[in-house]
Amino acid sequence: MTTPSNPDTLIYRQSGWTRLTHWIWAISLFFLLLTGLQIFNAHPALYLGKQSGFGFDNSVLAIGTIQGESGPRGVTEVFGTRFDTTGVFGLSEVGGQIRGRAFPAWATIPSHQDLGTGRVIHFFFAWVLVGTLLVWLTASVINGHLRRDLAPKVEDIKKLPADIAAHARLKFHHTRDYNTLQKLAYGGVLFVLLPLMILTGLAMSPSVNAGLPFIADLFGGRQSARTIHFAVMLLLVGFFIVHMLMILAAGPLNELRSIVTGWYRTDLPKRSGPKGSA
Amino acid sequence: MQKFQLSRRKFLTSAALGASGLALSGCDAFDSVSNSDSAVRQILEGANGLTYRAQRLLVGRQALAQEFSESDIRQPMRPNGVTAPDDATYKGLLSNDFADWRLEVTGLVERPLSLSREQLMNMPARTQITRHDCVEGWSCIAKWTGTPLSLVLDQAAVKPQARYVIFHCLDTIDRDLSGDIKYYGSVDLIDARHPQTILAYGLNGKPLPVENGAPLRVRVERQLGYKMPKYIHKIELVDGFAAIGRGKGGYWEDNGYDWYGGI
Repeated sequence: MTTPSNPDTLIYRQSGWTRLTHWIWAISLFFLLLTGLQIFNAHPALYLGKQSGFGFDNSVLAIGTIQGESGPRGVTEVFGTRFDTTGVFGLSEVGGQIRGRAFPAWATIPSHQDLGTGRVIHFFFAWVLVGTLLVWLTASVINGHLRRDLAPKVEDIKKLPADIAAHARLKFHHTRDYNTLQKLAYGGVLFVLLPLMILTGLAMSPSVNAGLPFIADLFGGRQSARTIHFAVMLLLVGFFIVHMLMILAAGPLNELRSIVTGWYRTDLPKRSGPKGSA
Repeated sequence: MQKFQLSRRKFLTSAALGASGLALSGCDAFDSVSNSDSAVRQILEGANGLTYRAQRLLVGRQALAQEFSESDIRQPMRPNGVTAPDDATYKGLLSNDFADWRLEVTGLVERPLSLSREQLMNMPARTQITRHDCVEGWSCIAKWTGTPLSLVLDQAAVKPQARYVIFHCLDTIDRDLSGDIKYYGSVDLIDARHPQTILAYGLNGKPLPVENGAPLRVRVERQLGYKMPKYIHKIELVDGFAAIGRGKGGYWEDNGYDWYGGI
């Protein structure tokens, strides 16, 4: 660490609302992901359109078990191309026994097949997520977090190429403000991916379908909505992985301190003002 | 240069640590929630009530499920659950093409009924092309023909204290120490009287096949498939579930599914 340990460089960066909602989302998304994979395991196939093709083919993804020459194999079919995924998808070990199951026991809650329990936990945390998003949105409009920190400005777009180059070289500037890619990533998750998740979730509900049929129609039918729900899950997992790598690369203690206590150590003393980096 | 190498080494070490943490994440730490007596589960199940009320608020009582066109019927209706009841009573009725089958309407009604298939088929019928959504995640579009349940309820004259309709079935879904468990399920009177809630005896223009619930099954189009019992022989009007199964209102509800299967 070349950052001087000058107390002047410590600034208050994250409000209590941001920190609290961040951690509730983290917990909620953890349970939503692992119970979502439990629910997916009840019918591990994805389709395009209004219905699932049993008498015709509209499958985009299917995970299953087949009988190979030397015993059962786990296979994953993506757009008709088959991959052997034995050990992870389609066939994996549960408590010392090899079992045919789409996602392995370590990726689902509960670890054994239990759709009912998966649904109970999934819908509970869906409520927590939606409630927390509304609290955060209200607080962020009032305290200016949205306008000041998240909304990309013209200069952010101009800085985009340099910002991409800096990230590619893992060269980070520690300033009060988010850089362009951070704004796009956080804004994309909060205003695109999570609303998509909620809408595609609602589109799968037969009761909501009766009241608000345009939601499922918007996505091309209930089964398309289910496929998009899954695809957005993959994007959120991708975001999580990049988020973790960036935090590790940018200095995990400093980053963790700011999202736990609000205090963040910047590169320059406060009196120099927030530095537009890059 | 020196700084970059250092940060990259730290980066890789931390990444490896992070990945191993991730691998430990799933495991079986939360398996106790499967137990219906678990206190945590009971808190989490509290959200089911919220989900139910939100759906009732969002969706009008009379709002109709989407109906589709003939061209959307692209495959036979996918059967699920029990598809060939092995019960002696059922097989006896089937061997006679259900001539001896009756639908009993009992419980909190002024006029208990015993209806033959012909009597049901002579009542006004409704035909609808709807999408069946299974709790497992799949969907299948098919055309259903049957008697609106509200007409049968009117004929039996439901008593004012009745709140739920229980469907009793002929097929054995499970066994426990006290013997065979026949499938059972329930809806409230809002869904029972919904215009699309029918007692179906026809599927895709033909008599309802055994695998899909012959001679009679329920269609509750705004809920998931487990709320639409097949092979029904008795409809009972009740004011609560205490005397039914283990008290949650249905076979699957007694096994951890939410009573309102609207999502």
